[in-house]
Amino acid sequence: MDESQPPLLRMERISKNFGATRALDEVDFDLRPGEAHALLGENGAGKSTLIKILSGAVKPDGGTIWLEGRRFAPAGPLESRLAGISVIYQELNLAPHLTVEENIMLGREWHGFGFLRRRRMREKVREALGLVHHAEIPPDIPVRQLSVAARQVVEIARALVERARILVMDEPTSSLTGEDSQRLFGIICRLKSQGVGIIYISHFLEEVQQVADRTTVLRDGRKAGSGRMEEVTLEHIIKMMVGGEVKELFPQVVHQAGEDIIESGELKGKRMAAAVTLALRRGEILGIAGLVGSGRTEFLRTLFGLDTVESGRVRVGRDEVLGGGPRQRIRKGIGLLSEDRQGEGLALSRSIADNLTLSFFAPYVRAGFLRNKQQRKAGWEWIAKMKIKATGPGQPVSSLSGGNQQKVALARLLHQNATVFLLDEPTRGIDIVSKSQIYEAMGDLASRGKSILFVSSYFPELLGVCDRIAVFYRGRLVELRPTAEWDEEALLAAATMGKPAAR
Amino acid sequence: MKNARGGSRRIRLLVNFLGPFLGLLLVVLIFSLLPQVQDRFLRLGNLKSVATQSVIVALGALGMTFIIISGGIDLSAASNIALSSCVVAFVINAGSPPWLGVLLGVLTGGLIGLVNGTLITALRMVPFIITLGMLGIARGAAKWMAGNQKIDAPITWVNQLMARSPRPSWLLMAPGVWLMILLAVAMAVVLRTTVFGRHVFAIGSNEATARLCGIRTKLTKVVIYGLAGIFCGLSGVMEFSRLTVGDPTVAVGLELDIIASVVIGGGSLNGGQGSILGSMIGVFIMAFLRNGCTMMGWPNYIQEIIIGLIIIVAVALDQLRYRRDS
Repeated sequence: MDESQPPLLRMERISKNFGATRALDEVDFDLRPGEAHALLGENGAGKSTLIKILSGAVKPDGGTIWLEGRRFAPAGPLESRLAGISVIYQELNLAPHLTVEENIMLGREWHGFGFLRRRRMREKVREALGLVHHAEIPPDIPVRQLSVAARQVVEIARALVERARILVMDEPTSSLTGEDSQRLFGIICRLKSQGVGIIYISHFLEEVQQVADRTTVLRDGRKAGSGRMEEVTLEHIIKMMVGGEVKELFPQVVHQAGEDIIESGELKGKRMAAAVTLALRRGEILGIAGLVGSGRTEFLRTLFGLDTVESGRVRVGRDEVLGGGPRQRIRKGIGLLSEDRQGEGLALSRSIADNLTLSFFAPYVRAGFLRNKQQRKAGWEWIAKMKIKATGPGQPVSSLSGGNQQKVALARLLHQNATVFLLDEPTRGIDIVSKSQIYEAMGDLASRGKSILFVSSYFPELLGVCDRIAVFYRGRLVELRPTAEWDEEALLAAATMGKPAAR
Repeated sequence: MKNARGGSRRIRLLVNFLGPFLGLLLVVLIFSLLPQVQDRFLRLGNLKSVATQSVIVALGALGMTFIIISGGIDLSAASNIALSSCVVAFVINAGSPPWLGVLLGVLTGGLIGLVNGTLITALRMVPFIITLGMLGIARGAAKWMAGNQKIDAPITWVNQLMARSPRPSWLLMAPGVWLMILLAVAMAVVLRTTVFGRHVFAIGSNEATARLCGIRTKLTKVVIYGLAGIFCGLSGVMEFSRLTVGDPTVAVGLELDIIASVVIGGGSLNGGQGSILGSMIGVFIMAFLRNGCTMMGWPNYIQEIIIGLIIIVAVALDQLRYRRDS
């Protein structure tokens, strides 16, 4: 990176309002050729809005963008792509049925009179895959047969074919293994040496330190700070990200663990790589750490009867509950909060009251008819109890914010009188205040003798609220310790390498 | 990891390619082994009549293949065929030259398709609803035009298109059959080797991605439905040729045969998958079944049950294959 060079991109005093909320407030950002610039911040801090403005998907209300010294105001995503700005989103944008080559050349096929020039395209595709040092990916295989890591490489190759000058990567490693992440960092280095500017968005601060040359932190739509990577510490970055709220983030509620309440003995589900033995105690919050794809979700789903059990046993209290699906588990007092809130966890178009009572209609049914009045009354009660920001129990869940949606999902488990809570990424994608409220609700539950399995990819929250933490790595439970014996480094080491660092 | 089953890939591709053929072969084999019909089933004359019987569904299936690969559906295909055939009869009956009747019939089909495509993209409604509406509209229009009865028309060269023993005799098969083969090859080429064809697959596989990559998804869809409409128009011409009259009540429910052919041939109603060759094989599997069952003297309801089962089995096998893939 050369600091004397003029910036590739300069975004000046960018502002954007969505209704009454100010998503971006006069944010400055710049990028030099051959540089990786990390864009950091909590969810809702404005990162994605800034990227959407750059990619032409959203128009700013104020501010100017300069691209290689010229004013740039993209009318839409296509114009932005043509100008050399490529965004690789979290959910990859590939057509699963098409081959690698077809995806890379999609929308810019070479042709004569409408007929494809396949041989020449093949050369181009091989060249692009070679540039990212992944020439071994066969161009004629359908993308759906590739691993997630390989798909990402295909997206990067597509950006190269488009002659991207600026590459935006949004959480590129969130579904990669440690090894694949390292390979990705290698590709990023090569792209940098070719003069491509990279905007890197990630929650994993350690990898940001490894990849980025500079960092800009956003908080609540404002620029909270920026600097050269070697000049800022992780502590400083975190402080910039959370502002003054870091102290009350993990409210402590005193609770005492009792006897084992639910036990998984050598349990192996259809989609689990290995059998897992784990016991959760009454009044305990047990954290499960691990990367995405490490088998945590599959374990929870098997425990809940959503995935078929292949071998082993599940014991709740004194009863074996191996057979049966979710219906039977709910009767036993087990509740699951899905990691996919919008896709699976909630019926988005239905009301708060309906979503709340979906798993336990019994109190509102008389002779097969639903008693709307009672249901609504329960809705009001839970809205107050969970501090859900809503106009009333009739409001569709789709119109709530992420944090409030999650509170509805959690309230459903409470409403069905669960005693064991299986929470899969309960704080993903929600604002800090809601997060803190959910942590408090968890502590409160534990103090009342309920038990919680808390799956999360975000280690600080596990360390902040759990009594014990188990780490999953490639489908296996590799280590279980009291929280006091863990720290972030040890968790990271266990989650990425399968063995905890020596202490 | 990237190319886990590299070695067996070629074999699998071959199996995938041959899969539909095997189904067709099985159907033909079964009937040619049944003692009651084996002497008649594989006769040239019978094969010719199966081919001729297939033309109408096959032409519809060519267009439907494009629609289904793009993730859409066209329920109005059969109504469109009936309307087009009535237009041909109407124009010829009015004393115009037969070629004008054929041309206007084909254009009517294309127009209905264009309207379908335009409404789907402009109103952002699902193809199922728009074409369900068009199913009623086109059928109603045909009956209106025909005054709720058959339209008679003088016999012209148009009726030769579907003649089982064509003139000149060196043609061997009806001109309609040759047209079907020619168009099938042409459409397979369009689907596989043109930018348009690739965009059809891309839209069906992931429309958001296609738009992101700068593909004009709306325009492409309008073209797809327009093209499919033209094939329905052609199919309508063949229907008229076969019946020698314009019958507005003909081909009721035929859209389901057309869709079934595409699906048996590996088309996915979720889009992104399908091929012309597969659809044609689907057409012939159904045609041979109908023909064989009739020869055996089996009642109509047996045919219906068998074809129903075939649809379910074919798609189940296809899904198995797909799941193993991914």
